[in-house]
Amino acid sequence: MSNQKPETGAFFQRDRNWQPDAYTPKYKTSILRSPQKPLLSLDGTLSEITGPVFGHNILGELDNDLLLNFSKDGQTPVGERIVVHGRVLDERGVPVKGALIEFWQANAGGRYRHKKETYLAPLDPNFGGCGRTITDENGGYCFRTVKPGAYPWPNGVNDWRPAHIHFSLFGHGFSQRLITQMYFEGDPLIWMCPIVQSIGDKDAINQLIAPLDMASAIPMDSLAYKFDIILRGRRSTLFENRREGN
Amino acid sequence: MTQPLTYFKETPSQTAGPYVHIGCTPNFSGLEGVFPADLGTKMLSGEAEGKRIIIRGRVLDGTGAPIKDALVEIWQADAKGLYNSPTEHRGQADPNFTGWGRCPSDMTSGEFVFETIKPGQVPFKDGRLMAPHVTLWIVARGINIGLQTRMYFSDEEKANADDPILVRIEHRHRVSTLIGTKSGDEYTFDIHLQGDNETVFFDI
Ligand SMILES: [Fe+2]
Repeated sequence: MSNQKPETGAFFQRDRNWQPDAYTPKYKTSILRSPQKPLLSLDGTLSEITGPVFGHNILGELDNDLLLNFSKDGQTPVGERIVVHGRVLDERGVPVKGALIEFWQANAGGRYRHKKETYLAPLDPNFGGCGRTITDENGGYCFRTVKPGAYPWPNGVNDWRPAHIHFSLFGHGFSQRLITQMYFEGDPLIWMCPIVQSIGDKDAINQLIAPLDMASAIPMDSLAYKFDIILRGRRSTLFENRREGN
Repeated sequence: MTQPLTYFKETPSQTAGPYVHIGCTPNFSGLEGVFPADLGTKMLSGEAEGKRIIIRGRVLDGTGAPIKDALVEIWQADAKGLYNSPTEHRGQADPNFTGWGRCPSDMTSGEFVFETIKPGQVPFKDGRLMAPHVTLWIVARGINIGLQTRMYFSDEEKANADDPILVRIEHRHRVSTLIGTKSGDEYTFDIHLQGDNETVFFDI
């Protein structure tokens, strides 16, 4: 345990040019689900600067192991075995430790295990498709899984999602809350996808593409991909007015 | 030449998609046996201080239809106005109240429901008190970046009138989009993504 006090500054303004717009008509569902009036822009208050933090006690031993957390009789799922790892930092480069990360994905055939999912690719009896972990003191995290398959979705007649893993992140303040998707280096479907294209800046899209990381691959076992995630940074409160006693 | 300003860019958001439940509320989506329970379903234990309330609502799209695949999270102070968070430096919040809840829209009705307590008042930066409120974060298929808003309480007219955030809303008739309507111990709060009643969303 460090005796460093938690930081309590407000978060940097979000760069709305870097982030996707709400209204992106090539992604048809966004048309009726995007606010049309201007957002009310405000500096964060205690309600946004604070946020829930989760302890390691919520984690089960296999929560970051998608090869085993739904396995029947020790059998592992079909597909390319991979390790996904990286660090969660804020915009200042400060590691975000103790951050809860939840992830979910389709199986190697591109099929999700969900009540509402009807894609004809088969379920894998040994693959659930969800996991979670909490970042360590350096903001590091890792999990293992199989590489998800691409899948078709009803938008255009022949639109396919590139292989991806969904990520949900909690930082230390509720305004850092983020949901995103990780893509895989070299996938040509990335650049055809209307959901990816909701992001206007090519460099911002590149920030979602995890490179193959041979240095972290496990010989004769798993390939590895490295995916670093940046959450909003906090202002220093050094020279901000504080009431007596704060 | 100057030194470079070395800041990173925030990772871009992407839609939570139609299967957000798999990762965030797997038991709700029929994916059982991985996590013992879905996170955020229980905000308080028996001893929690404060008045028990229910918050109930729907997320409505631009045609007025309820969205059936949204995920709503709330974050709020305890009965004394303290947040159960390491970044809360004013005191120790009620250990029997998490302050954080997560609820998927019902797959048939689109309704979300939170069993919680009425929050106390929290100071604004200049020391004035904000009216009691709950912060909401909404994600769904078709929402490219999570939407943040607040619910205030219809039985707090005086505090609402003085609230330093609500007074910033230029078009005064839109303030009502942030007020949950009380009926007994329940507050109803529908979130309109578009239209004349579009909810005020925050960039905060
Ligand atoms: Fe997906």
